[in-house]
Amino acid sequence: MSAPNKAYDPVEAATLSAGELQRMQADALAAIAAAANLDELKTARLAHAGDRAPLTLANAEIGALPPAARADAGKRVGTARAAVRAALVQRQADLEAERDRRVLVDEAVDVTLPWDRPMSLDGARHPVTTVGERLADVFVSMGYEIAEGPEVEAEWYNFDALNFPPDHPAREMQDTIFVAGAEPGERSGMVLRTHTSPVQIRAMLTRPLPLYVVSPGKCYRSDALDATHSPVFHQIECLAVDEGLTMADLRGAINAFVEAMFGEGLQTRLRPDFFPFTEPSADVSMQCHVCRGASAQPGGQPCRVCRSQGWIELAGCGMVNPRVLVACGIDPDRYSGFAFGLGIERSVLVRHGVADIRDTLEGDVRFSRAFGMEA
Amino acid sequence: MRLPLSWLLEYAAIDVSPDDADGVADLSRRLTACGLEVESVEPVGHDISGVVVAEVLDVAELTGFSKPIRYCRVSIADGQQRHVICGARNFAAGDRVALALPGAMLPGGFEIGARKTYGRVSEGMICSALELAVGEDHSGIMVLPADAPLGADFVTYAGLRDVVFDINVTPDKGFALSVRGVARELAISCQVPFTDPADVGLPADATATSPEVHPVSIEDTTACDRIVLREVRGIDPATPTPLAMKIRLARAGQRSVSLAVDVTNYLMLELGQPLHAFDRARLHGPVVVRRAQPGEKLETLDHVVRTLDPEDILITDESGPISLAGTMGGVATEVSDSSHDVVIEAAHFSARGIARMSRRHKLGSEASARFERGVDPQLPHRASARATTMLAALGGGTVVPGCSFAGAEIEPVRIAMAADYPDRLAGLVYGLETVQKRLREVGCAVAHMPGSAADRSDGAGAGSGAAAGGGEGAARPDHGRHDRPDLTLLVTAPSWRPDLTDPADLAEEVIRLEGYQNIPARAVRAVGGRGLTGRQRLRRSLSRALAADGYVEVICSPFTSVLDFDRLQLPAGDQRRQAVRLANPLSDDEPLMRTTLLPGIFRTLARNLGRGFTDVSLYELGMVFRPKSGAPPLAPILPVDRAPTEQEVARLGAALPDQPLHVAAVMTGNAEPAGYWGAGRPAGWQDAIEAARLVLRSSRLTFSVRADQHQPWHPGRCAAIVIGTEQGQEWLAGHAGELHPRVIAAFGLPARTSAMELDLSVITAAADAAGPVQPPSLWSYPLAVQDVALVVPQAVPAADVERALAAGAAAAGDVRLESLSLFDLYTGGQVGEGFKSLAYTLRFRAPDRTLTAEEVRGARDAAVAEAARQTGAVQRGG
Ligand SMILES: [Zn+2]
Repeated sequence: MSAPNKAYDPVEAATLSAGELQRMQADALAAIAAAANLDELKTARLAHAGDRAPLTLANAEIGALPPAARADAGKRVGTARAAVRAALVQRQADLEAERDRRVLVDEAVDVTLPWDRPMSLDGARHPVTTVGERLADVFVSMGYEIAEGPEVEAEWYNFDALNFPPDHPAREMQDTIFVAGAEPGERSGMVLRTHTSPVQIRAMLTRPLPLYVVSPGKCYRSDALDATHSPVFHQIECLAVDEGLTMADLRGAINAFVEAMFGEGLQTRLRPDFFPFTEPSADVSMQCHVCRGASAQPGGQPCRVCRSQGWIELAGCGMVNPRVLVACGIDPDRYSGFAFGLGIERSVLVRHGVADIRDTLEGDVRFSRAFGMEA
Repeated sequence: MRLPLSWLLEYAAIDVSPDDADGVADLSRRLTACGLEVESVEPVGHDISGVVVAEVLDVAELTGFSKPIRYCRVSIADGQQRHVICGARNFAAGDRVALALPGAMLPGGFEIGARKTYGRVSEGMICSALELAVGEDHSGIMVLPADAPLGADFVTYAGLRDVVFDINVTPDKGFALSVRGVARELAISCQVPFTDPADVGLPADATATSPEVHPVSIEDTTACDRIVLREVRGIDPATPTPLAMKIRLARAGQRSVSLAVDVTNYLMLELGQPLHAFDRARLHGPVVVRRAQPGEKLETLDHVVRTLDPEDILITDESGPISLAGTMGGVATEVSDSSHDVVIEAAHFSARGIARMSRRHKLGSEASARFERGVDPQLPHRASARATTMLAALGGGTVVPGCSFAGAEIEPVRIAMAADYPDRLAGLVYGLETVQKRLREVGCAVAHMPGSAADRSDGAGAGSGAAAGGGEGAARPDHGRHDRPDLTLLVTAPSWRPDLTDPADLAEEVIRLEGYQNIPARAVRAVGGRGLTGRQRLRRSLSRALAADGYVEVICSPFTSVLDFDRLQLPAGDQRRQAVRLANPLSDDEPLMRTTLLPGIFRTLARNLGRGFTDVSLYELGMVFRPKSGAPPLAPILPVDRAPTEQEVARLGAALPDQPLHVAAVMTGNAEPAGYWGAGRPAGWQDAIEAARLVLRSSRLTFSVRADQHQPWHPGRCAAIVIGTEQGQEWLAGHAGELHPRVIAAFGLPARTSAMELDLSVITAAADAAGPVQPPSLWSYPLAVQDVALVVPQAVPAADVERALAAGAAAAGDVRLESLSLFDLYTGGQVGEGFKSLAYTLRFRAPDRTLTAEEVRGARDAAVAEAARQTGAVQRGG
């Protein structure tokens, strides 16, 4: 019946009479008006504006009329359908407002009622939290205190005080996300901190010497997200400033830390590196805690965790640059310091053999649940 | 930085062959150990065989094909003649070429065979530079020098077997962006002689000036402190670059362009000094180094017309800018295939100026990378002299004697360092001889400060002052025990090490060259720490409490947008719409920092639902960011040569936004799982409020739950969580309840999804103020239990009834209401429309006696009476 007929069919065309259309429209408007809630309106919409609704079917019959009659019938059907559509839109808005005004009020409950849940789901803490706490606790057990700082940070703390000269390539390497200034193109002097090192400056400016602090926290860089890089990540850094501290003390702290986190008897290795805020600077590798270096020996079994290198790069470290001490008002002739820092996500990846950093970011409940309450 | 081994060995007298894998690996380890991290070691030329030097005897042009094809007769002087098909046209009979014989292997495992093509049999292939991996040129075949020995193995002839080190050069080590710098480090590490390429092939007086050379001057000495021009005239621009130079450039990752440009690039790689070649015929008048003037433009060699900034550093002539100094040359003065007279420019530009300019124009080049990191200011004379000598020798031109020079003498950097400073920093004893030897190896001149052994008050910075006091020597017998602890060294840094400015830099040189592996590990000493703060402990407690209650911790994206605020139905003036805006957000769709944790955790919830989970309860602990009203628009950059004053620190603090730590939870599906025991219980507003209670209970603060209306919650199912003190102070900690249906729809969440968000900084501040716990007296006389059922209007909150009952009982005399719990809630016919019945168990106890039935009833009645007074409660059946 929906295919246009060439022949005039008086029976079928009867549905297009003015009276019949008026009746259909009136039915539809009545049903819409009678819909008492959003569910009923949905039913009415289906019945009077859906594919099988009388007006929809009538519309399909226009093609069956003699050409002379089509324009007139089309106009009448169109007017009727438009009226129904408008009524639907209006009723929808009315019912939503009604719901907000009345139904949401009717649904009011006594929120002060006490409540106890007899059984619960399988909850868990995020491994970045629990591994971060463990890392911090290793230092806390050595007598360090946890220092914290803001994530939106002044450039001076994030760069200048840490001996990143303006325009130096070292600053550019950090892929910084800047806070917008008051006007487009203007500077704000603020960034999303690119490392937790500004907390070192804050600690040195506010805490008495000697100083032993560890600072975990969130950091930001405009890195592309891939299996090993995330623009939002967590770092933990330790800082010691005291009289007579040496690189031997730094090595001692690193060894104690690696033993506590990854197991006893693992060797560590320092190699020269560059960080503006430490001099000398080094990167820290530890012997692979899985194969203990065997995979790199001739005939060794391949190791997935260290990719058969035998060593795993873990952290950056160094002796606090005297310029940093000066910027914090500490006499570099009397005090020296060391610092070392590592990525918490990276520690999770290494310690637990996670292949893709994105697993730590997506919030999939399966990931956190695997770690339970403590890592 | 990619450098072939053969080039390094030219200046570091090490006896190692590229085929000696162990020897090469040892060098790679040595480079990494001295701070030049080798990222890869790539053998090259090992995968080529069967390519020989051949002569083209004659060329037959084949026609009738889609492109011109040559059929060549070639000889390799073995008595045979071979026929080869070749598509290139850049050669003629008599030229010597590299011929891959049938059976030859080319890079990439490509095997050459005799084959029939274009109707002829081709017995091999004439190779292009690209096919032999010695360049990018594939426009024609490689024509070899006329003296290439016929029949010789091409790999041996061209010295193709080599090893390329790819070195990751840190930003402080500009000197290592050259053969000169890397070879010096290798020579020191292997303790073999080093020849400085900057001393090789110089004219007798490299600094002599001459009026014959194109004139140069410096207008802005902050932009450039030295510039040298030299000239070569009459070179043949068609001279090909020597094969050996081409190969080295290719191995270092440089494209071969033309002889003049190749020579400048070759010397830049060898010495570290960027050089530029101008076509002398295209220079108009004297060369001037200056900053840009407003409106000036320059078309650079990459064919981009750049509008210049007044800070840009330019090489100019009378026509205007001709080069972005130290970054990229201009098109107008470029050397071309018709340039016979060439002007070589070498200069020392401001590192910061070049860095800013290259960033401004988003134009990084090999030259700018070197200038940013620091170039030897003594090199311009030497590098330009070598360039003109080399260009004249190779291109058949004549060097114009002397140079034209502008600039000043540059004073070397002198650093005073206590002789035992490296020892004290490393924690082991090197001794004076070792310290001096290492400093001299890197190029320093070392002298003893006059009188320093007697008088140590020279005050020249770290390590130069008096030895650390306080009996340190006794506490650490291995420290400070140096053969000359009273001596100060006066060290002059070499011109190629602009990174050496402080005693710590010198100490690092000694320590790294002596080897980090030799630094001992000293056992950790206990230091006096106070453990975690109350706030830190509280954060851990509430995190564990939420997890134990079935919530899974997630870490969500902290970025947000105005669209999120709209989805949350936040009204126009809501404080949460005031957000920190990022200048360069990761995504333009999310340019703001979050002011609430909710949108992020909603999206994480939706992601979990999308992965097929239905019963999901999540929580997050994280900072939100709220700009302070009236904050200054700029956080100032403070000086770094002293500690900032309190006022300066306060100015930084005033500009930064408030960054309170929040906790949020969201829940949907079942809060209690379905199972054999029956149906599950859907999560709802009660769970959200209970999660908030859980957090507050961890803090042991007194708090109340009140009905409230607050976006994004359902107006009838939203509770405010209010912390109260005994002194009557109140703090709003946050909200909890079912989400508004429009919010649920906007985030695509299931109906009835519920959430809570609390400001932990409020809770921890209140907890800090609360002081230590005062536990109750543990009276041991028997407990007396009373139940009461109270009928109140529906609208009366249960909390009000409880508060009134407790207040009434407290006023009843020497009886304590130890606890109060709701055990039944009833609405329906028996209590009447609009009313509810709340049934409570009251537990009373006295400190010193067993309560009588009368006393207990009295206390109960007092409680009920107060509830009746405050809330209109009527005791049911009482
Ligand atoms: Zn391993």
